[in-house]
Amino acid sequence: MLQYSWLIPVFPLLSFTLIVFFTNRHKTLSARLAVGAIFLSFLLAMAVFFTALGIEGLAEEPYRSAFSWFPTGKTSLEIGFMVDPLTAAMLAMVTTVCLMIFIYSQGYMHGDRLYSRFFAYISLFTTGMLGLVLADNLMLAFISWEIMGLCSYLLIGFWFERPAAANAAKKAFITTKVGDVLLLLGMLLLYFQTGSLTFETIFEGVNHLHPNIVLAAGLLIFAGAVGKSAQFPLHVWLPDAMEGPTPVSALIHAATMVAAGVYLVARTFPIFTAVQGHPALVPVAIIGAFTAFFASTIALAQNDIKRVLAYSTISQLGYMMTALGVGGLVAGVFHLITHAFFKALLFLGSGSVIHGVGTNDMMEMGGLRKSMPLTFWTFLAGMLALSGIPPFAGFWSKDEILSHAFDHNQVIWLVGTAAAFLTAFYMARQVFLVFFGRPRNTEIHAHESPPLMTGPLVVLALGATLLGLLGVPADMPLLGPLLGNNPFHHFIGEAFEATPFNPQVMGISISVALAGLALGWLLYGRSPLVAGQTDPLERLGPLWVTLKNKYWIDEIYNATVVRGTIFLADLLFAFDAGVIDGLVNLAGKATVAFSTLNERFDTYVVDGLVNLAGKATVAFSTLNERFDTYVVDGTVNGIGKVADILGGELRLIQTGRVQNYLLLLLLSVLMLVGVFMYQ
Amino acid sequence: MEFPYLTLITFIPLLGAVACLLIPRKYEREMKRLAVALSLIPLVLAAILWLNYDYTAGTMQFLEEYAWIPTINVHYRVGVDGISLPLVFLTSLLTVICLFYSSYTIKERVKEYFAFFFLLEMGMVGVFVSLDFFLFYVFWEIGLVPMYFLIGVWGGPRRQYAAIKFFLYTLTGSVLMLLAILGMYFAEGTFGILEMARLRPFADNFTLQSLAFWGLFAAFAIKVPLWPFHTWLPDAHVEAPTAGSVILAGVLLKLGAYGFLRILLPIFPQAFHHYAPIIAILALLSIVYGALVSMAQWDLKKLIAYSSVNHMGYVMLGLVAAASAIGTSEKFFDSQAMALNGAVMQMFNHGIITGGLFLLVGVIYERTHIRDLKGFGGLGVTMPLYYGIMTATCLASLGLPGLAGFISEFLVFQGALSIIPPVAAIAISGVVVTAAMFLWKVIQLIFLGPLNQKWADLPDMQRWEVITMAPLLFFMVLFGLYPTPILNLINGTVVKLLSGL
Repeated sequence: MLQYSWLIPVFPLLSFTLIVFFTNRHKTLSARLAVGAIFLSFLLAMAVFFTALGIEGLAEEPYRSAFSWFPTGKTSLEIGFMVDPLTAAMLAMVTTVCLMIFIYSQGYMHGDRLYSRFFAYISLFTTGMLGLVLADNLMLAFISWEIMGLCSYLLIGFWFERPAAANAAKKAFITTKVGDVLLLLGMLLLYFQTGSLTFETIFEGVNHLHPNIVLAAGLLIFAGAVGKSAQFPLHVWLPDAMEGPTPVSALIHAATMVAAGVYLVARTFPIFTAVQGHPALVPVAIIGAFTAFFASTIALAQNDIKRVLAYSTISQLGYMMTALGVGGLVAGVFHLITHAFFKALLFLGSGSVIHGVGTNDMMEMGGLRKSMPLTFWTFLAGMLALSGIPPFAGFWSKDEILSHAFDHNQVIWLVGTAAAFLTAFYMARQVFLVFFGRPRNTEIHAHESPPLMTGPLVVLALGATLLGLLGVPADMPLLGPLLGNNPFHHFIGEAFEATPFNPQVMGISISVALAGLALGWLLYGRSPLVAGQTDPLERLGPLWVTLKNKYWIDEIYNATVVRGTIFLADLLFAFDAGVIDGLVNLAGKATVAFSTLNERFDTYVVDGLVNLAGKATVAFSTLNERFDTYVVDGTVNGIGKVADILGGELRLIQTGRVQNYLLLLLLSVLMLVGVFMYQ
Repeated sequence: MEFPYLTLITFIPLLGAVACLLIPRKYEREMKRLAVALSLIPLVLAAILWLNYDYTAGTMQFLEEYAWIPTINVHYRVGVDGISLPLVFLTSLLTVICLFYSSYTIKERVKEYFAFFFLLEMGMVGVFVSLDFFLFYVFWEIGLVPMYFLIGVWGGPRRQYAAIKFFLYTLTGSVLMLLAILGMYFAEGTFGILEMARLRPFADNFTLQSLAFWGLFAAFAIKVPLWPFHTWLPDAHVEAPTAGSVILAGVLLKLGAYGFLRILLPIFPQAFHHYAPIIAILALLSIVYGALVSMAQWDLKKLIAYSSVNHMGYVMLGLVAAASAIGTSEKFFDSQAMALNGAVMQMFNHGIITGGLFLLVGVIYERTHIRDLKGFGGLGVTMPLYYGIMTATCLASLGLPGLAGFISEFLVFQGALSIIPPVAAIAISGVVVTAAMFLWKVIQLIFLGPLNQKWADLPDMQRWEVITMAPLLFFMVLFGLYPTPILNLINGTVVKLLSGL
C-alpha cells in the first residue's frame, strides 16, 4: 500500500490542472472535481495510515522510493518520497481537514465570480502540503514549500480588486520569502557538506561534520520555519492573510502553510540534535515561547473575529516550536495535529458567523447563540480545545508541551503557562462577545449556515473533542492504560523522548485555563456588552493601545526595511543614470568634441586644401551617382548612398534608406559566402 | 560527408533574407507566411540535433570543416556541443516566435524588417556554431548590424540615441576582441578555437595572457552585460520593437556569456582563476544592483531590462564560481559542474522567460501605448488570460520552484555557495528583491486593485498572442519539472570541459 502513497498529492494536482485548462467555465463541475480528488486522496491517505499502523518498526525503517532527477557533474540529484509514522499521521490529518474545508468551501464560496479558480488554487495548495509531507529530500520539500507560498499568495489575494487583499498577498509572499531564502541557504550548505539532499543521507552525514556547520544548517532551516510558521519576527504576514476568503484562512492556519514550518523542523529534527547539547534547539525554544506569549497578548485587543484567531494561531505555533525546542518532538507534532482540527473548526466557524452576519467586527455581533446554534456549539468545542480545558484535544497536547518544558526549562514553562492563561481569556472574550448577550447591531439578522457548511463543522468538532485522547500520558493513573498507553507516541516512535505524567503541571494548566475563562466571564460574560459600550480592557490605557496596534511592528518594518529598500533602489538608479551613464555619455561627448576641435583646426590650418578635397569628393560621388543611376539602376543607388555615410551623414537612418543598408549587408555576406565557396 | 546540419541551420536564414527581399511588396502576406515557414526549418533541424547528440560523450559533434583562406590558416569550422546546442535551439525557437509575432504587428517596411531578422538569426547561430576565431568574429559583427537597424528604424522615439549607443558600446568591445584574437593568432598561428584551448596561448607570459584575457573580457562583459558595462541595455530595450527586445534579451546577451564559456574559460583558465575575485564582485554587483535598480523603475520595459542585468548576473556567478575553483581541490568538481550547468541552463531559461516577458510587454503596449506602471491597475478583471500568463512568466523569472528558472538558479547557487560562500550568500538576497519587484511593480500595479476605468474595454489576449507565448510557457514548465533532457546535454560537456582545465 505504501508504494502508492505518492498518488496522494497527485489527485489534487490533477484536479488543479483539469480545472485550469478544461473545466474553468463549469463551476459546479470544477468544485466536484476538486472535492472528488481530495476525497480520493483522503481514502488513500487513510489506507496508508492504517497500513503504517500495522507495520512495526516503521519509524526506524521508513518506506522509501527515489529516482535520479538530473545529473550534477559526476553524480546526480535524487528525489523521492518516504512514508514513516510522522508522514502517515500528517497525511491523515491534512487530507481529513482539507476534505472538510473543500466541502465547506462549496457553500461558502457559492456565487463567487471566480468559483472554479478558487477550487483550482486550493487543490494546488493541498498538493504542496502533501508533497512536503511525503518528500524524502530537501529538494522536493522545498519545491512543495514554495508551491504553498505561491498558493497562499494567490489565495490571500483572491479578491484582488481590493487593495487590502493585494497588499496582504504580497506581504505574505515576500515575508515568507525572506525565510525561504535562508532555508535555501541551509539546504545548499547541507548539500555541499553531505553530498546529498536526501534526509537519510543528511542525517547520517551531519554526524561527521564540524559542529558549527551543523549548527548553522539547523539555524537556517529554522529561519525558513520562522517565516512559514509565522514566528516572531516574521509573523507579520499571517494576521493580514485573513484578507483571503475564510476557507483559505482555515487552510493556511490549520492544515497547510503554517503547519509546514513546524513539520519541517520535526522532519529534520536529527540535524537539530546532532550536536552535543543541542545548541540549535535553544533559539527554537526561545523564539517559540516568546511568540506564544507575545501573540497571545495581541489577540486580547483585537475586535476582528478572524484576527483574534490569527494571533492565536501564531501563539499556538509558538507552542509547537517550544515543544520541538525542548526536545519534545512527539508533543509538538501532537499539538500540530490537534490544533489543525480545532483551528480549522474555529476558522470555518467564524466563516459561518461572517456568512450569517456579514461583518468581521465582533463589536457588531452578539447573541448569535440562538440564531446560529450549530455554529455556536461547534465553535464552543473548538474554543474549549484551544483554551486547554479537559478532555478536549488541545488540553492534552498543550499539557504535554508544558510538562515537557517543565522538565527541561522552567522559564520556558512559565512563559507558556502565562500564554495559556491569556489564551483562555481571549477565547472567552471572543465567545462571549460573539454568541452571548444581544445583537449590538440591530440591522443584522443572522441566520444559520447551510448544511454544506455546518456538516464539516460537526466533523471537525468531533476531532477537536476526541483526538486528544490518543495522546494521554501512558503513565497517567487510570486513564493512561485505559486509552492504550499513549498510542500516538507509540506510533510516532518509541525512540522519541516521552513526556512523563506530571500532576503538578497538569493541575496548574487546568487552573490557569479555568482562571482565564473565569476572567473572560467576569469582564464579558456576566453582563454582556451592549451596543455602544466600550471594551472593558480599554481601561488598560496605553498598554491597550500598544496591543491594539500590535506593538506597531508593521509600522516599524515599513519605516525601516520597506522604505529603506525602496530608498536604496532609487538611490542606485540615480547613480546608474547620473554617474555610470553620465560617464558613458561624457566619453561620447568628449569624442565628439575632440573631433569637432580637430575639424576646426583643420578648417583654419589646411582650409582650402580640405575644401577642395571635399568638393572633389562630392563631385566625384555625384558623378558616380549619376553614372550609376543610368547604368545599374536601383542596386547601385545603395552604393551611392554609402558615399554619404562616409561623408558622415548618419541622419540617413532617419530619412529611411534602410533597404540600401540591408542590401549592402546582404551583398557583403553573399560575397563572404562566395569567397568561401570559391575556396 | 555527413549531412551539413549546422551549415543549413546557419545559412537557411540567409536564404530567408533573400527571399523576403525578392518577393514584391504586394505579396506581403505571403511573404510573412513564407518567412515563418522558412524559420521553422532551422528549428526542426536544431531539434533533430538535440535528439541525436550523444551527450554521454559531451564532445563537439556534427563537425564540418573546410579550408577557407588557407594563406592565413582560416577555416570554415563549425560544430556543436552540449553548451552551444541548447543556445542554437533557443535562437531558432525565438526567431520563429519573433517572426510569427512580428507578422501581426509590423506594418512598416515589412520586407526589410523580416530580412534583417533573418540576417540577425544567421549571425547569432553562426557565433554559437563557429569553431574558428575568424568565423566567430565575422558572425559576431554580422549580428551587430541588423540589431542596430532594428532599433534605429523600427524603434521608439529615442531610437537613434539607443541604436548608436548600442552600436558603439558593442563595437568598442569588438575592437578589443579583435586585437586579442590577432594576438593569439600571431602567437600560435591558428584561428581554431578548440586548438587554441589545447595550446593555451601565452601560458608562459602572464602579462600577455592578462592583456588578451581582458581584451576578450571587455567584448563579452559588454554583451552580457556585466556591471558596470550595462547602461546600453535599458536604452536599447526601451527603444527596440517588441521582437527586437525579445532577441536582444533572449539571445544577444547570451553571446557574451557564451564567449566566457567557449573562449575565456578553456583558453585562459589561469588568468580567469587569477582574476576571479574581481569578476565575482562584478557578478555580485550585477545581481544585487540589477535587482534593486530594477525595482526603482516605472517603465515596464526598463524594469525588465534591469532584471536581465540581475539574471545574467547569476550566469556570471556560476561561471566565476567554477573559475575560482580551478586547480584547487578535487572536492569542488561537482560544485564546479553544478555552477556551470546552472549558468548554461540559466542562459537558456533567461532566453525563454525574459523573451516571454518582453512579448507580454508588447501585448499590453499594442493595446494601451503606455508602459508607465502608474497608468494601469486592475486589469486582472478584464484580461484574465493575460493576467494568468504574465503571472506565470513573472513567477518563472523570480525563480519559483516548479518552473525552469529555479533549477538553474539553484544550481548556480549550489556551486557558488560551495566555492565562494560569502559572495553566494549575499547574492542570494537578490532573490527576495526580485520577488518583491515582480509582485509589486509588475503584477500588483498592472493587474490588482480596482480597475482603471480608462482600460475597461481592453480585449484579452488574442489566440495568436497565446500561440506566441505557448512554446515558451511549455519549456518553462517542462524544464521546471523535468530538467533532465537539457541538463544531460549540458552536464556531459561541462564535465568534459572541467576535466580539461
